[in-house]
Amino acid sequence: MNKILLVIQREYVTRVLKKSFWISSLLAPVLITAIYAIPIWLAMKEKEQKQIAIFDPSHLLKSTDLQDKELVFTFTNIPEQAYKKQFAKAGYDAFVSIPVDVLANPKGVHIYSSKNIGLTLKESVERLIQNKVRQELMFKAGISEKIYEDTQVNIDSETITVSENGGETSSSSAGAMILAGIMGLILYVTLLLYGSQVMNGVIEEKSSRIIEVIISSVKPYQLMLGKIIGVGLVGLTQFVLWIVLTIGLTQVTGKLYASKTKAFTQMTQVEHGNATDDVAKAMQDSPMGEVTKVLESTNIPLILVAFLFYFFVGYLLYSSLFAAIGSAVESATEAQQFTFIVMIPIIVSFLMAQYTMQDPDSTIAFWASMIPFTSPINMMVRLPYGVPMWELALSMGLLVCGFLACSWISARIYRVGILMYGKKATWRELSKWLFYKG
Amino acid sequence: MLLSIRHLEKRYADHVALNDVSLEIPKGKIFGLLGPNGAGKTSLIRIITQITGPDAGEIYFDGERLRLAHVDQIGYLPEERGLYKKMKVGEQLLYLAQLKGMRKEEAISKLKEWFIRLDIKEWWNKPVDDLSKGMQQKTQFIATVVHEPKLLILDEPFSGFDPINANMLKDEILGIKERGTTVLFSTHRMDSVEELCDEIALINHAQVVLSGNKDEVQNRYKKNQFAIRFEGELGSIPGIEVVSTQPGHAILRFLEGLGTNEAIANIIQHVRLLEFKEVIPSFNDIFIQVVSETN
Repeated sequence: MNKILLVIQREYVTRVLKKSFWISSLLAPVLITAIYAIPIWLAMKEKEQKQIAIFDPSHLLKSTDLQDKELVFTFTNIPEQAYKKQFAKAGYDAFVSIPVDVLANPKGVHIYSSKNIGLTLKESVERLIQNKVRQELMFKAGISEKIYEDTQVNIDSETITVSENGGETSSSSAGAMILAGIMGLILYVTLLLYGSQVMNGVIEEKSSRIIEVIISSVKPYQLMLGKIIGVGLVGLTQFVLWIVLTIGLTQVTGKLYASKTKAFTQMTQVEHGNATDDVAKAMQDSPMGEVTKVLESTNIPLILVAFLFYFFVGYLLYSSLFAAIGSAVESATEAQQFTFIVMIPIIVSFLMAQYTMQDPDSTIAFWASMIPFTSPINMMVRLPYGVPMWELALSMGLLVCGFLACSWISARIYRVGILMYGKKATWRELSKWLFYKG
Repeated sequence: MLLSIRHLEKRYADHVALNDVSLEIPKGKIFGLLGPNGAGKTSLIRIITQITGPDAGEIYFDGERLRLAHVDQIGYLPEERGLYKKMKVGEQLLYLAQLKGMRKEEAISKLKEWFIRLDIKEWWNKPVDDLSKGMQQKTQFIATVVHEPKLLILDEPFSGFDPINANMLKDEILGIKERGTTVLFSTHRMDSVEELCDEIALINHAQVVLSGNKDEVQNRYKKNQFAIRFEGELGSIPGIEVVSTQPGHAILRFLEGLGTNEAIANIIQHVRLLEFKEVIPSFNDIFIQVVSETN
């Protein structure tokens, strides 16, 4: 037992002391924080104002229609043909020309600009004119201003999950989908990443020929188990670092924004009355905002525990197979012919997860979250939508059984494989090794 | 006896590796395990080190039935040996010593002694990648002996060693024997057998075909031949057959029933005898003879 601990310790320490471990541990939280913070930052940033000249012989627009934070409109009397050569010199970013018969010929609107104008500018000018044209046409058709105002409604529905005992929680399926997607993706990447780390570790021991020295001190299964657990703990450490650093970084940036927003509000309250609303909205609209909403409505400890469980046991299952492959070959290139067999279930479960995300209660989603090979990713994808406890327990139980079966098979291949040199391993050979006596 | 091997059998899918192998390895001696490639030496060693198990037969280690705990009292230098390339020499040896059951502090102090003794003090923090082959071999040797095993198993220890390191290794092996360790030494380099071994066993085709005390085995293969240096004409001498001759030198074989003193008396009637020596067969000759007889 003590010897397994030594193996675990070596595998863990040599990996955690590597630079690459710290780079990836730090980089991921920074990226996630950036995804969270950049939309807010953009919303807070004072927008650059664009100067736009308008030639409007149809008198469609009144100056009251042209209140915009980012766009400053100025009416001009110089007609299109003459002004399109001058507007840039006069200091305008764009020149909008509206035809006299705009109501009959809305396509006659032209926007001139010296540089390529941004899509947002084009869209806001178009929307402005379009709404105005629509409004005018409706008034002409006899619809009163009151009716027009009344038709301007917005629907923003709230979805509510009703549990069997009648309790209600408001939920956001978009947020659940994002959370499910993130967890599925992390599991997919880490299962492949750490699984192949185990395989490469085994290949290293075999090709450097230290293996025989080691297994004259420890039993092969102790070495295999120690390696798998050691690398797995590296993975868990990385997750914990990711979670702690991400929470820390987003908290810090959140606080930073909060204090800035306060000053910002006081300073700009007069001219931009709704600046804080904007920031708050951006916070909600950013992907992390949606996830935050789901996190508020779901059982976070359950998801966290389940996530660590599915990562660790799923990883144990796959990495034991990766270890068996590593033992059978002498180089990483030789390993390729076998690794695809282990990678296929991981890739398939990731593809199935896309489907599970669309319809988490379908039969396929159910089975995908039960079968040990596909269950880690698919159950984690289903979990944010809510899963009955018995299904979760059954899936976990089956995964543990799957791990035990795989590690038994792998250990038998491993103990023979690590001492085989010069013989090119084939599937036939591997299956024979299963039945070798100690 | 430190190691008693009784009726060991080991079969693989397509061939027999060990067929009824029995050996007695006395305590404090250097035991040479000889045999051509593929004879079963490594299979036998892997069973003693408990890397694999036998199909039948038993092994007693220092009077007890061999069990897992005994691996800590065995030091094993395999023929195919390596190190973790990315680890530093010191921490690597510390790891290997701890795997043999040493406590950390004890391992550090013993390792430091070895580093001083082999004059490699400045290596502790070097990555193995930076070591030359000879330096790696020293490191591997320390890993094999640092836990002061009762049994030291060396599989082709001299392969790849340059003459200077080979000499150092030879001295260290003899030193370790002085301190009471039993050495099991597998090789097909016969010169090192003659220099180092006290006892030998020859394995061919999964079976022990020859074993015993080194001198006793050599005596057994003596062919009643003598080398002489002389002056004069040898001619034909009754009861003596000339095996080969060169000017001033000859190898003679005494026929059955002729005593050494009688033979000498006959020889000096013909020539002036300057030197007279019994021909002891080399292990190289014995090896070739026995292996070709049993093939």
